[in-house]
Amino acid sequence: MKKLRTRKHQVVLNRSAGGDVGITIMLTFLGIFMFLPMYYTVIQSLKPLNELFYFPPRFYVENPTPDNFTDLFNLMGDSWVPFSRYIFNTVLISVGGTFGNLVLSSICAYALAKIEFPGGKQCFWLIQKSLMFSATVGGLVNFITMSMIGWIDTYLAIIVPAWCSTLGLYLMKQFMESNVTTEILESSRLDGASEFRTFWSIAMPMVKPAWLTLIIYSFQGLWNAGSSEYIYSEQLKTLNYAIGQITAGGIKRAGASAAATVVMMMVPIMVFVITQSNIIETMGSSGMKD
Amino acid sequence: MSKNTLKQVKTRKEMTKAQWTWFLIRKNKMAYIMVAPFMILFFIFTIIPVVLSLLLSFTSFNMLEPPEFVFMSNYITLFLDDDLFMTALKNTLIFAAITGPASYIISFCVAWFINELPPKIRSIVTLIFYAPSIAGNVYLIWGTMFADDAYGYVNGFLLDLGLIDTPILFFHNAKYVMPLCIVVALWTSLGTSFLSFIAGLQGINKSLFEAGAIDGIKNRWQELWYITLPSMKPQLMFGAILAITGSFGFGGIVSALAGNPPVDYVGYTLSHHLGEYQGNRWEVGYAAAISFLMFLMQIGANVLVTKMISKLGE
Repeated sequence: MKKLRTRKHQVVLNRSAGGDVGITIMLTFLGIFMFLPMYYTVIQSLKPLNELFYFPPRFYVENPTPDNFTDLFNLMGDSWVPFSRYIFNTVLISVGGTFGNLVLSSICAYALAKIEFPGGKQCFWLIQKSLMFSATVGGLVNFITMSMIGWIDTYLAIIVPAWCSTLGLYLMKQFMESNVTTEILESSRLDGASEFRTFWSIAMPMVKPAWLTLIIYSFQGLWNAGSSEYIYSEQLKTLNYAIGQITAGGIKRAGASAAATVVMMMVPIMVFVITQSNIIETMGSSGMKD
Repeated sequence: MSKNTLKQVKTRKEMTKAQWTWFLIRKNKMAYIMVAPFMILFFIFTIIPVVLSLLLSFTSFNMLEPPEFVFMSNYITLFLDDDLFMTALKNTLIFAAITGPASYIISFCVAWFINELPPKIRSIVTLIFYAPSIAGNVYLIWGTMFADDAYGYVNGFLLDLGLIDTPILFFHNAKYVMPLCIVVALWTSLGTSFLSFIAGLQGINKSLFEAGAIDGIKNRWQELWYITLPSMKPQLMFGAILAITGSFGFGGIVSALAGNPPVDYVGYTLSHHLGEYQGNRWEVGYAAAISFLMFLMQIGANVLVTKMISKLGE
């Protein structure tokens, strides 16, 4: 009889040692490839000016300094539009867009997942199909729509379309379908609660991972939004756009631009670290049954 | 539902189909109120634009004068007279054909590799692989790494090692633009589908593997093919759709790293071409034709691939 391999005193089936080693090596290489650019960005942002221009460039920093970060804020302080304005714009767009998307999507997802009504299946079919093409396709007509309703160069042009982004709704609906049992909703309905009340006090508390996921997705997308064709005024532009301008300053701004990138990326990464387990839980029901 | 039906004077059997539907619509008034806000916006900003693009693509329209019906002439010009469109189409298809499948396979393999790691380590590895896709424009660091002068990391090292005499203009040399942009695209592509695969793998019933081992599955490859892949078909489907849609929308990375238009139009994609006609020239009919072709390509590729995946393991 073949000897059983164990890992931590548990029998593992069908796992050859050679395969384990091979996979570990592959994973290590891929991991280094993924991680190095992020690492450079952080290192670059901590280098004092003279180290940025060492030849050959170094993979480590000898005298880490926060100068690039203070430079960044001074640099932005001198600009025509104050840096705080870019931050304000980005936060306003991210929060406004995410809030609307959360409210509209979760109400809609509840009705699609838990109420059977004529047309519901067709609505969801369309939503699924909308995941199959990128937003670029509608960009042209949306621009015309925006100019017709006079939203060009306003926050609304960015915030309102974000309310109907479909990925969050899709995940929320799938999650409700597999995690909210119909029995519990029925009992609430029998007690005389309105459909809206059932949604709010029974279904919503049960799908916390899904709304966290939706918040993160929507927030990330809006936080990272760069220059938009809808916005002309400098004072309405976003953080990402402002950082692009610094980076365009070339080599003399290398430190400040790395610092800016670090500031930008820290926010979504921190948010993901905190919510990772919820997101993975939501993804458990993300599958598409065709 | 049956309870409510009993209250009605007529039962289901006495009603025509239309009456029954009308009854259901009235009974579920609340559901329509609940889906309406989202669906109205969704139609305005997503569905109607696709339909209007199709209609506008048959016209010549500059936003100032009323549109003029020209039938297929925009499409004919695109395919016969617009060399740049053909370049863009070719590049888009190459990018999609490489980055779509590659990002899909890498996402799945990494998710599969890390599946058996202890939970703590797994979540750290997940973060490392997922971070580039959410960290905004962090991919600009590739511009620094492959910068044109000796201060770029790669040029610096190659010069230092004596492998080259003059710095290579990585992002401004037709030879390197496409491969480099593909690498960067792959680097940022382990996104939602990756997380979906991780969750899918975690959700597979462990007893299936034990049963499989008893039934004579000998190694992890057989296990992957006979148990793992068929068990997570829904996730594979979802991931494929996101990977394909992402691979066709490619273009921002090229503009950011190699400029727009890039040198010799290498890496010039349909989204650049579309931007040129809708943003700079305002030839709306023509831009609509490009938009609609992009739509058709993405839907076509997605339908084809999801059909293939649904056949998996049958």
